[in-house]
Amino acid sequence: MNTVSVQALSKRYGTTLAVDNISFTIKTGQTVGLLGGNGAGKTTTISLLLGILTPSGGKIDILGHDMDRDRFAALARMNFSSPYIALPGRLSVRENLTVYAHLYNVRGTRRRIAELAEELDLHAFLDRPAGALSAGQKTRVALAKSLINRPDVLLLDEPTASLDPDTGDLVRSWLERYRASSGCSMLIASHNMAEVERLCDHVLMMRKGRIVDEGSPDALLSRYGRESMEDVFLDIARGRGLAAQESA
Amino acid sequence: MQASLRRIWGLIYRHLCLYRRSWPRLLELIYWPILQMCIWGFTASFISGRAFAAQGKDHTLILAASTMLGGVLLWEVTIRSQMGVAISFLEEIWSRNLGHVFISPLRPWELLAGLIGVAFARVIGGVLPAILVAYLLYAFNLFTIGPVLVLFFANLMIMGWAFALGIVSLILRHGAGAEALAWSLLFGLTPLAAVYYPVSTLPVWLQPISEAIPATHVFEGMRQALLNGHVSSIHLLAAFGLNAVWLLLASLLFSSQFRAARQRGALISIGE
Repeated sequence: MNTVSVQALSKRYGTTLAVDNISFTIKTGQTVGLLGGNGAGKTTTISLLLGILTPSGGKIDILGHDMDRDRFAALARMNFSSPYIALPGRLSVRENLTVYAHLYNVRGTRRRIAELAEELDLHAFLDRPAGALSAGQKTRVALAKSLINRPDVLLLDEPTASLDPDTGDLVRSWLERYRASSGCSMLIASHNMAEVERLCDHVLMMRKGRIVDEGSPDALLSRYGRESMEDVFLDIARGRGLAAQESA
Repeated sequence: MQASLRRIWGLIYRHLCLYRRSWPRLLELIYWPILQMCIWGFTASFISGRAFAAQGKDHTLILAASTMLGGVLLWEVTIRSQMGVAISFLEEIWSRNLGHVFISPLRPWELLAGLIGVAFARVIGGVLPAILVAYLLYAFNLFTIGPVLVLFFANLMIMGWAFALGIVSLILRHGAGAEALAWSLLFGLTPLAAVYYPVSTLPVWLQPISEAIPATHVFEGMRQALLNGHVSSIHLLAAFGLNAVWLLLASLLFSSQFRAARQRGALISIGE
């Protein structure tokens, strides 16, 4: 069953086509990676899915709701995490999570915050201002915020950017456990190819606003004849190898 | 409905947390209203003193001084309401949190309701101490106006919200570069809103503009109440009617700018 269905989606800014007629689906419990170089259209695609940006054309259905007409019903069951959108730095972690528990109408706020503090090891800084935390701590708090409503659809923009390998691994492990226990569908935009190989069942490769290739990591490795997703990414981003033959 | 109220409370709680842990913010809240009260209070005392010193005690001047104090206090209600909404919105931009707010299930009208809730708390926290100062230092009791004061407060707050909606719309259109308007724009209406003097003082050609401002009718009503002890219902009806029009126009402007911001992607990059 498709949790996310995107059909012929496009976004135009003046003469620039940031997203060009893309279609894809995310099945229940599936993790899809969104890969592409800077300016490929990943962030625009995520913004369109979150309803923060209006499409120029196409249709988005999430959890059975048309995002053009009924986005708030879907947003209540979705969430998003990005290191590029902050939480109010003067509020403590606990206050921030309480605010979002209210915004997402989460029952049992204190219990839910205690659960997240336990699972993501937030206890040591739960009452410290969010702005005073290290990058790794901020990422864990952002992840806690994105899980406050136990989302059925989770969108993650570079979830482990600027994290040390240990914290990055902790976050990836947690995402794997959450998906296994909740059946959540995830869309992950990332530049970390090892992360994509580890977490994603399916990968969408974007270039200049278009999906230029897609498949499971194994299928892409085999199709491009490469050892790593990093090489596949470079082939597509630089238009070399199989990507060059196909565009020719 | 319960979910809506909870989301609105979530936004109010977020701003209350800011004030709870920051004494400079609390100080800023009461500083200007009290400072204004002191400046105009001493000015009014000076005028009253001259009036008493004059032969035959000029009651007109004494009353003018007290209506001036009433004007200062009530105008602060509008200014604090407007700033409460606009600055709370700017707080979300400054903390780069607006993206999270707009991707939550919080509806735009709930966002506005939350900001208005914060503004109401700011009015109470900012203006009540100034009213107390006016009573303690200058023996001016605003509550002698009577129960109609509640209607004055309501109208002035609604006008502040309508004006703030216009400013938030400008911020949505022009980004944080328009933030200075949150502090300055409403002050531009002060000479026209009959805060310190009657509309009849203005040049004839300016009077229709003045009468299109809801606050003008509140201040005309306040002067009636302080001078004659009663308020013409015409003033109150005019204030409510004009506020309804202002609020409708501001809501339409906000709605169109919010839609346009979603089209342009400005909700993501509004802090830039």
